Amino acid sequence: MTVEARNLVKTFSSGADVAAVGGVSFVAPEGKVTSLLGPSGSGKSTLLRLIAGLEEPDSGSISIAGADVTQVPVKRREVGFVFQSYALFRHMTVRDNIAFGMQIRKASKSRIESRVHELLNLIQLEGYQERFPGQLSGGQRQRVALARALATEPKVLLLDEPFGALDAQVRLELREWLIDFHEKTRVTTLLVTHDQEEALELSQHVVLLNQGLVAQAGAPHELYDHPASPFVASFLGGANVTHSRAQDGRDVRTFVRPHDVRLAKPRADSSELELGTVERLARIGGNVKLTVTLPNGEPMSVQVTKLELDKLGITLGDRVAVDVTSSKVFVDDYAI
Amino acid sequence: MSGVVGQRARRFPVKRRSQVAVEGPWLRALLIGVAAAFLGVALLLPLSVVFASAFSKGIGPFWAALTEPETWSAIQLTLLTAGISVPLNAVFGIAAAWLVSRYDFWGKSALITLIDLPFSVSPVIAGLIFVLLFGAQGLWGPWLSEHDIKIIFAVPGIVIATTFVTFPLVAREVLAVMQAQGSDEEEAALTLGASGWQIVTRITLPKVRWGLIYGVILSNARAMGEFGAVSVVSGHIRGQTNTMPLHVEILYNEYNFVGAFAVAALLASLSLVTLLVKKSVELNAELNARRMAKASSVARSSLVPSSSLAGAALSARPNESRA
Repeated sequence: MTVEARNLVKTFSSGADVAAVGGVSFVAPEGKVTSLLGPSGSGKSTLLRLIAGLEEPDSGSISIAGADVTQVPVKRREVGFVFQSYALFRHMTVRDNIAFGMQIRKASKSRIESRVHELLNLIQLEGYQERFPGQLSGGQRQRVALARALATEPKVLLLDEPFGALDAQVRLELREWLIDFHEKTRVTTLLVTHDQEEALELSQHVVLLNQGLVAQAGAPHELYDHPASPFVASFLGGANVTHSRAQDGRDVRTFVRPHDVRLAKPRADSSELELGTVERLARIGGNVKLTVTLPNGEPMSVQVTKLELDKLGITLGDRVAVDVTSSKVFVDDYAI
Repeated sequence: MSGVVGQRARRFPVKRRSQVAVEGPWLRALLIGVAAAFLGVALLLPLSVVFASAFSKGIGPFWAALTEPETWSAIQLTLLTAGISVPLNAVFGIAAAWLVSRYDFWGKSALITLIDLPFSVSPVIAGLIFVLLFGAQGLWGPWLSEHDIKIIFAVPGIVIATTFVTFPLVAREVLAVMQAQGSDEEEAALTLGASGWQIVTRITLPKVRWGLIYGVILSNARAMGEFGAVSVVSGHIRGQTNTMPLHVEILYNEYNFVGAFAVAALLASLSLVTLLVKKSVELNAELNARRMAKASSVARSSLVPSSSLAGAALSARPNESRA
């Protein structure tokens, strides 16, 4: 079911009255995964809690499947919420955790039993129903939390930094698992994350937030290839920024992504202006991160694959020709 | 905390032992000796004197002292007082802990300080407060006597004073557990459609049960043994407003040593039983934590090869406040 937020405002009164969410509107399309992406303090978690009804907005409205739910209390909003800490009921077994929502709704025993079985199958934890949350690994807990949230067949699934507390390997495994999982269930999902890779990989729609406002919303590649502002350009993908001044005196910022730079061995006719020196070189798996110092003394981050590097035969301290294949220029915050 | 520390000890056993060895056998013997001597002189000796004196004339006089009507009434009053004040404290304690841990409001830190007030004032002052409030010359004294309600020098006064003095015990224990565990689980229950009452009975109370049980045990021990505050409000009317601790004093002042020590022995036994119950609660909680940690290592090896060390530490958390 489509989730729509209109002009949501939420201010916490503690200390300085800074709006955590300062007038946010977005649409999360039905059956898709939508990421609420942003740096910490951008208001993304508050936004998710507003949609769940765990916080009340100062103004604005929320609708789920076309119906205004702004005044509907949490327990009747029919959302599945997965907390960053999982928040599993630690004194209940996996089965009782998953069954909780159905028991509250007074579902029949046989119905609960078959649904629990179905969900355990879906999260690949058959045979774990008698375990307590304390007896599960982080990844397993995460999946139980998902099953519990889905047990009552909510209209929307809300995930708050679902992989935040897991280590890198499990995180990658679960990410792929979640993509599969979503393909099977097709539940409209809202995912809060600060990890751009996670957002770009998992979701079909990204809402990028900054300081309580929407910086840009759209398909992942749209944001990546056509950033609407310097913030979007620098937050997604990381970028080299060069400052310069236009003829009319306005500030010009040029963003170059590390993988939009091509390196080559200097040719005899190369001009000094295109040449740089490899200052640093770090291999990260199949990729290599280099820092090349340009003739003007500024460092530039470059990313190439190990294969390319081997082909070029470049090592630390070498002089290399630098060719920028694509860049994004912003003048005074307006893109040209 | 015990769970976490225990785990660390299991992971680095060698390092820990070598640290202990640095102290040297002499120092260790000295420390143990001082502790044992202090324990013997300050605790075991007096306790054995109590029991020895109680039985100094044999079991007959001991039994006779206990079955004496005035003593019997003191025992009943003590049990009644504990029976009323402990449940009251459990309810107040949970309510106060809930309020402080779940809500932000103006004057919250002042309230937390107030919860500790009964501990920071002398019990005698605590008793005096109630005399000044409910006594014949007190603030509400005239109104009370008009309506023929007796609080001071009567059972209600004793119950009120005892409840006041023991109030922080449950509140403190439950508050510590609630603050350590946060309110995520309650919020999760809310999103799953639970009502406020369902959340309290099905999530919060089971979650804080160890803290609650522990607080109730401590509160019970203190309620039965309270002397100062009760002494001020009771009036020492034999057979009516005499609790066990007060009765011990009266018997002792009358040179009825067997009687005094018999009641004292009974009171001490009640405390010992309480301590035993407390110990078994602790053991139980610890076993729980250990079983979970052990089982989680099994879980770790079975499906997703992952980071359940953090998981094991988490599983130990429900019990940590008791360490």
